[in-house]
Amino acid sequence: MTARIVTANGLRDGEVLYLARDGRWSRDLAEAEPAESAEAEAALMAIAEGAMRCRTVVEAYAMALAVEDGTPRPLSQRERIRAAGPTVGTDIAIERGR
Amino acid sequence: MYRYDEFDSALVNERVAQFRGQVARRLSGYLDEDRFKPLRLMNGVYLQLHAYMLRVAIPYGTLDSRQMRRLARIARVYDRGYGHFTTRQNVQYNWPKLAEVPDILAELAEVEMHAIQTSGNCIRNVTADHFAGAAADEVEDPRIHAEVIRQWSTLHPEFSFLPRKFKIAVTGAARDRAAINVHDIGLQMLRNEAGEPGFRVVVGGGLGRTPIVGPTIREFLPKAELLSYLEAVLRVYNRLGRRDNPFKARIKILVASVGGDAFAAMVEEEWQALRGGSLDLPEEEVARIAAYFAPPPFGALPAQDTEFEAMRFEDRDFARWCRTNLHPHKQQGYAILSISLKPVGGVPGDATAEQMEAVADLAERYGLDEIRVSHEQNLVLPHIRLRDVHAVWQGLVAAGLGAANIGLVSDIISCPGLDYCNLANARSIPVAQRIATRFADLDRQHDIGELKLKISGCINACGYHHVGHIGILGVDKKGSEFYQITLGGSAGEDASLGEIVGPAFSYDDVVDAVETLVETYVGLRETGERFLDAYRRLGSAPFKEALYAGH
Repeated sequence: MTARIVTANGLRDGEVLYLARDGRWSRDLAEAEPAESAEAEAALMAIAEGAMRCRTVVEAYAMALAVEDGTPRPLSQRERIRAAGPTVGTDIAIERGR
Repeated sequence: MYRYDEFDSALVNERVAQFRGQVARRLSGYLDEDRFKPLRLMNGVYLQLHAYMLRVAIPYGTLDSRQMRRLARIARVYDRGYGHFTTRQNVQYNWPKLAEVPDILAELAEVEMHAIQTSGNCIRNVTADHFAGAAADEVEDPRIHAEVIRQWSTLHPEFSFLPRKFKIAVTGAARDRAAINVHDIGLQMLRNEAGEPGFRVVVGGGLGRTPIVGPTIREFLPKAELLSYLEAVLRVYNRLGRRDNPFKARIKILVASVGGDAFAAMVEEEWQALRGGSLDLPEEEVARIAAYFAPPPFGALPAQDTEFEAMRFEDRDFARWCRTNLHPHKQQGYAILSISLKPVGGVPGDATAEQMEAVADLAERYGLDEIRVSHEQNLVLPHIRLRDVHAVWQGLVAAGLGAANIGLVSDIISCPGLDYCNLANARSIPVAQRIATRFADLDRQHDIGELKLKISGCINACGYHHVGHIGILGVDKKGSEFYQITLGGSAGEDASLGEIVGPAFSYDDVVDAVETLVETYVGLRETGERFLDAYRRLGSAPFKEALYAGH
């Protein structure tokens, strides 16, 4: 099954966020509220527009994902990396060293 | 090194205060994102794939130990413990919080640094030969003129909203270590027949989706007239450059559309109206700036150092490192020392806070307190006494900075790619890491010899792939990462653009393809022939054959 969800970045700290079921913004992709129709997507984007006006998030947009066995997986490599973090990096090496 | 005067300090501190106010207004709702975005970009703050990114200017790539320690402190306190040195001699932090950026800028201002004009359609950080002031082959220290250009271009009201960004590079020598032929303006210092120093002016070079090696529009520009001539170039561009399409807005498109000669004629005409005016710098002002770049107090040393020679004889690892990472210095008894930020398995251009501090300590103790950032994403200690080279090397090895691979196949330029960048189509860093790992055997790398491999994760070409001996461009093919290979590019004085060798390779196959290319070269080279020279002699046919014959 494919669906669309809404994502954005936190205004203060820039972190990647997903619009969750109860209108909350979650760092966890799995908590994102899926839209399976254009109307549902528009409703999610309306919530996101409000959150941008309230300065919770910036640059909100809708993206596609597939749900396989209940696990959401973004369709694009860009969104997979955005959800999981860099696949490589000095930040990861530093984290491991700690 | 240049030191801020009262005007520089006032300007940078005012800018910090101004941006602090802008961030506060954004967070409290007085500014919306549409109004705030251009303001944050003017201060080097981007929103990237995972977080904000702050780009800090390192004018002409020159730093002292105090500044490097401050970069380390910022990495540790405000970011995730590291920084990324870029192909434009800047440093980028990948994880700053917007609310803390004003504090970061205030910390930078304390050590005479800033993020002004590291983004936006203005004249960006002026880059220069990273061996400036130390190279045996230079006419003059190019940083004197890079600093003159910095002062002229900083907050220049007429050039703050150009059709598109504008990048200037300066080299002091015939040997081009600053890639001047692929910049909006490239300046090469040379002497005319009377022996007077001046510039050859290249305009309209660039990479990105329309790569062009820029034409020379003036063979010799007297030093004193540098700014009036640059102002004339910028005026013509500002007036005629396209503003309707960002992909056609760089000066290279304008120059290519009218032709180099016609563009030169337009500049000449504009210049006649500007010459002899207030932009001609008085001798004493140039002398004042030049004094900041006066040679440091070099000692009178013999050309050879017996201790250095003995260590090179005794220690094979040290000798191997010296072969690639040491360069001739203009001052007898000294060497220029390159610090590779390309350890096998590392991220090209990244340095941890601890590594930055180690470099700062070594520069302070042994290197007359000077550090450089190269456009090839490495660091340089430009003034090391031969007798201290071994001690510095040991310090570098202890800090994990001892890679002996400058100019070799694992000394890869790589953009951040899809792991960090909002614009990328494919990952760059893991491809660089896998190639470096494949060629990890240093004996093999030394046998292969000079080979400049450059990777970009999208057509914007931040990884300079068009001018790599081997260039790799990441593309998105129906949601999968593929890599197009170009051969025969060069960023040097013999600049050329690489040619696409054939269909792109998958993420899994691209490393094998690179190895096939290298093995083909090794099989066909003549004694002492570099990869680039072999490619230019042989053409693409044997490489195509090796890559695609079985397909």
